[in-house]
Amino acid sequence: MSALSYAIRDSVTMLRRDFRHSLRYPAMTIGGIGVPVVFLLLFVGVFGHTLRAGLGAAASGASYVDYLAPGILVMTAGAAAAATAINVCIDMNEGIVARFRTMAISRASVLTGQVVGSLIRTLVSAALVIAVAFAVGFRPTATAVQWVAAAGLFAMLTLALTWLAVAFGLVAKTPAGANSMSLIPEFLPFISSAFVPADTMPAGVRWFAENQPFTPIIETLRGLLMGTPIGNNALLAVAWCVGIAAVGYLWARMQYDRLPARVPRAVTA
Amino acid sequence: MNDPLPTSLVTEPTGLAVKTRGLRKSFGTKTVLDGIDLNVPEGTIFALLGPNGAGKTTMVQILSTLLRLDAGEVSVAGLDLRREASAIRAVIGVTGQFSAVDNLLTGEENLILMADLHHLDRRAGRRRAAELLDRFDLVEAARQTVATYSGGMRRRLDLAMTLLGDPRLIFLDEPTTGLDPRSRRTMWQIARDLVAGGVTIFLTTQNLEEADQLADYIAVLDRGRIVADGTPNELKRRIPGGHVQLHFRNVQGLDTALTRLGEASRDGDALTLQVPNDGTPKSLKGLLDQLDQHAVDVERLTVHTPDLDDVFFALTGPQHRKEFAS
Repeated sequence: MSALSYAIRDSVTMLRRDFRHSLRYPAMTIGGIGVPVVFLLLFVGVFGHTLRAGLGAAASGASYVDYLAPGILVMTAGAAAAATAINVCIDMNEGIVARFRTMAISRASVLTGQVVGSLIRTLVSAALVIAVAFAVGFRPTATAVQWVAAAGLFAMLTLALTWLAVAFGLVAKTPAGANSMSLIPEFLPFISSAFVPADTMPAGVRWFAENQPFTPIIETLRGLLMGTPIGNNALLAVAWCVGIAAVGYLWARMQYDRLPARVPRAVTA
Repeated sequence: MNDPLPTSLVTEPTGLAVKTRGLRKSFGTKTVLDGIDLNVPEGTIFALLGPNGAGKTTMVQILSTLLRLDAGEVSVAGLDLRREASAIRAVIGVTGQFSAVDNLLTGEENLILMADLHHLDRRAGRRRAAELLDRFDLVEAARQTVATYSGGMRRRLDLAMTLLGDPRLIFLDEPTTGLDPRSRRTMWQIARDLVAGGVTIFLTTQNLEEADQLADYIAVLDRGRIVADGTPNELKRRIPGGHVQLHFRNVQGLDTALTRLGEASRDGDALTLQVPNDGTPKSLKGLLDQLDQHAVDVERLTVHTPDLDDVFFALTGPQHRKEFAS
């Protein structure tokens, strides 16, 4: 077999290991769905009526959930990334990873397995979140093609945030540290067009909201699902995803190659 | 086991499983390994003995390709550590003091994971896993997650995972630290069986009995330097310290004996006297005759021959530290 097919085979082995982990320890996966669902129910059920009235013509659709759902989807990706960062951090502190490093296996396969596993878990979470949104009145107008495009963009976002989360997990010395680093992507959607349009915000905040990565991604998802104008947001969204993915990937690989110095085995003599 | 190596083991053309020359490693300003020269012949058990913080684990991490060395020439299994690290990984196995097992998987799943990573086909992998579970007495626990295993079981699984790839050279980094005496003896027997099968073992330990029991050759590492090396017997011969300890009923007896015997060190609290003696029947008889002649009333006596403890303390003790510091 060639080096590439060994690399794929090792990555599949690692993915299988990652699946077993999420079956044995489902708390992280379930927690990843819990956060966005709570926000969805809170904003729709508690603040939704007032927010819908305040939005006026800025929002399409009959109810606030139609405006909110794309933002909640993005939060799902953020919350899943936080879980990934914690998982990676815990895993890297296990002796088994040091063992992998002393074996003649594809070096990237450990990370690849975790990234692909997280990607699949996040897509499943997103499907469940959409189902809950439907249950509370979400009625998207998207065609099949638009659904596929939205799923594609969401997968790109998830891949980007997952690589970033893997880097966080490698950099952080403790799971708590990995969690705090993940708060940035997890809560950045609050200062975006997720809950209210950016042009309703005060000047400084508005500038930030309009120029941060989540806004064009949310606007593109909203346009695809609800038929609002997309403009150049689609291009910006893809560019941000590719950029974040590249930074996350390179950072994670660099950290992984430097790893031994901080595996617990190294600090004892 | 403790005798010098049979020459047949060291006359092979390449002969050395590990060879280091001037190996150095520091973390920041702290020098952890300060010019290490080692030869480990194939098919032997080599013990790197040293106290906590001596640099043993760092040594294993460098030799097993986990850490980069700063300077020196190192070959592992005849391969250059810097240029042929991935070829080295294919022939070594590492079992450390921190168990390298996956706690969320079962024992069987851990072994099959290893089989998959060694690219065995499904059936061969399962067969190999079953063999190892049987050999390491883990059949009953095979379907339980490792989190429920005892320390000894984890260590056995850890070693079984290492063996799945049929390594030629195995690093055992403090393999019995934290194990009960029974599990420790099991590990020792496993190590002996492996070497009998032609594997080389590079062992680190701070347990002197372990080095004495297992090792063909010992190097004593202290503060990043090899302070002594040799077979267990050679090391013991190098250290003076053989003596007889005489126990007395009272201080009068103690002091009478002291005046008669002259060269002895007195411990008034324990009512004992340490008399230099090499422990041979002849010199013991001489001592007993002398005591008898002066009618000294000795309660009992114990003979103390130098063991690796003496070697260890003589070479790595605080006094030695002071010399190092100055």
